[in-house]
Formats: sequence, C-alpha cells, structure tokens
Amino acid sequence: MIKPHRNHPLWFAFLLHRVSGVVLALFLPVHFYVLALALTDPAGLNGFLSLTENIWVKIAEFGLVFLLAAHMLGGLRLMALEWLPWSDRQKTFAVTAVAGAFAISCSFFLSAVQ
Amino acid sequence: MSQDLSVSVWRSETNAFQEFAVPAQKNQTILDVVSWIQANSDPTLSYRFACRVGMCGSCAMMVNGEPRWTCRTHVKKVLKSNNLEIGPLRNLPVVKDLATDMDPFFDKWVEAKGVFESTKTRHDDMEPIIPDAPERMAASAAIECINCAVCYAACDSVSGNAEYLGPAALNRAWSLVNDVRDGAYEERLEAASGAGGCHNCHSQGGCTAYCPNELNPSASIAGLKKETSRNWFGWGRS
Repeated sequence: MIKPHRNHPLWFAFLLHRVSGVVLALFLPVHFYVLALALTDPAGLNGFLSLTENIWVKIAEFGLVFLLAAHMLGGLRLMALEWLPWSDRQKTFAVTAVAGAFAISCSFFLSAVQ
Repeated sequence: MSQDLSVSVWRSETNAFQEFAVPAQKNQTILDVVSWIQANSDPTLSYRFACRVGMCGSCAMMVNGEPRWTCRTHVKKVLKSNNLEIGPLRNLPVVKDLATDMDPFFDKWVEAKGVFESTKTRHDDMEPIIPDAPERMAASAAIECINCAVCYAACDSVSGNAEYLGPAALNRAWSLVNDVRDGAYEERLEAASGAGGCHNCHSQGGCTAYCPNELNPSASIAGLKKETSRNWFGWGRS
C-alpha cells in the first residue's frame, strides 16, 4: 500500500503529522460545540459527559490525545528544523516526538481508567 | 548465482511492463541488466547512460519503485525474490521506455537562478578560496550534485505541485547563497522562495534519503527557508 520510495522514517513522520492535523481539524469544531453546551444546554452537556465513562470512549480519547501530542511535538520538530541550525538527527527527533506522544497519551489513559 | 533474473522493464509503446529473463552474474549492476536486455533480447529498448561510474548523472531509473543511479546499484542490493522492476524516473515526462525528458528538471535549475553571478571581471585578481573557511564549507556542502534527478523523482512535493522547483535546483541555489563570491544573493533568494520555491517543501526527506552522493537537499531547503525569513526581517547577507 505504501509506495517503496516512501518507505523511510521521515515520510512516516510527515504522514502522522498530516493525518493528526486533519483529524484534529475535524475534532475541534465538535469539541467547541460540546463546550458551548455549558452555556446553552447544561443538562445536555452532562448527558454527553456521562459518555466519557464508557471504556471505548476512553480508548478513543487515548487516540485523540496521542494525535494531539504527536501533532504538537512533530510540529515543534518541524519548527526547529526550519528555524534552528540544521541537525542531522531528524530521525531521532521524529521518533522521540512519537515516543513522547505515546507517553503523554498513556499517562492520560492511566489517569482516566484508575 | 546461476539462475536467470526475472526482470520487468517499462515499455512506453504498450504502457506496461515487459518481462525479460537475464542471466545472473556474481557482480552485476542494474545498468548491466538493462544493457544486456538491449544487446541480447530487444535492441529497441531505450535508456540513457554515459560514464558508468557515477559521475555523469545520466542513468537514474526507478528500481523496484525506488529512484536509483543504476550504474552504481548492484543487483544483489535491490533484488527481491529474484525479481527486478525497472521503470523511468518519476515526476518527469517519458521520452521512450526508460529514458525521461530532463528538460523540466534543468529548466527549474535556471528558474532557481542556479547560475553563478560573478562579482569580478577578468581584469580583477582571482578570489582566494580557503577550503576550511566556514562560509566556503557551507557552500561546498551542497556542491557535489551530479544532476541525476534521483531526488526529484523521490519528492512527493514535486509530484503534487508541478511548479515546485524541487530539491536539486534549491540545493544549487543554497550552495550559491553561501558562496561569498556570488553577486545575486537577493535575486536568488527571491527566485528560490517564490510560488514554486522552498516553502513548498513538506520536509519528507526523500531527497536526502535517496541522494546517491549522500548530499542533504533537506538541509539546503531548510537553510533557504531560514535565510529568506532572515532576509525578510532585514537580517540577511548584506
């Protein structure tokens, strides 16, 4: 499925950044709509928030937090690449960003299920 | 290695890959394979090469889906289950079979102002070049490009944007931006950062991953991005 010329770590870092960006762009309007329920329909908000007790919703939130953290840390890597003196350790930075995102999302998940 | 290699070669007449059986040798490059087919199986096969030693940049092709200089790519390095798939370079028009039209690639060198603009005349003394001076080292880092277009074929930003100048042209522009003898700093930065310029790069790093001369066009493009920004703020080379 992945074309052979794309089979290298920085292309996968690009793919993760692009996919996480698109998913977050779709998520944010829903997120702000739900937040707005606090002002327009508090009972509806409480009903919606009760969904977050469902384990599958917690797992989905884990994925969401992972994508958010990956987009943030990956974006910092790209800003460093474009604004700071060049470093040959781009693959290391990209892998570190993914590992950091995984650590952040795991922390979130553990606190959500405890 | 006595078994025949199973080689699929792109033919432009049928718009499809054609199968050939090529005798395997202990030491054999992809260019050897293509040359054997043309000499022994099908003399109508078209491809391009010149030096055979990795200096001229003529013989790049897609090998098993990856851009490579075929004269320096050993079969045993890329063979998959005794199969090879050889096609023309991506992102360039095909003239015939494995030969691509390199005009768009070189036109973009010109668009990126890849030509050195001297600040001296024939009546001036020669500019001394000190190899280990920091500015000379920055210029030299990107200078060994052989124009093979492997980076251009590896780049998805080129695939997605026909105007994008591509890694090789921008790498050349960066080399000249760092050359203190060059007198076209402002014009070159403008050329390298226009509609098809360095800011189109998505930093996927395919150019650096595949450059057969181990140059780093990603770093050159990042350098151009930084330098155009610095220059915009008035902090560029005076």
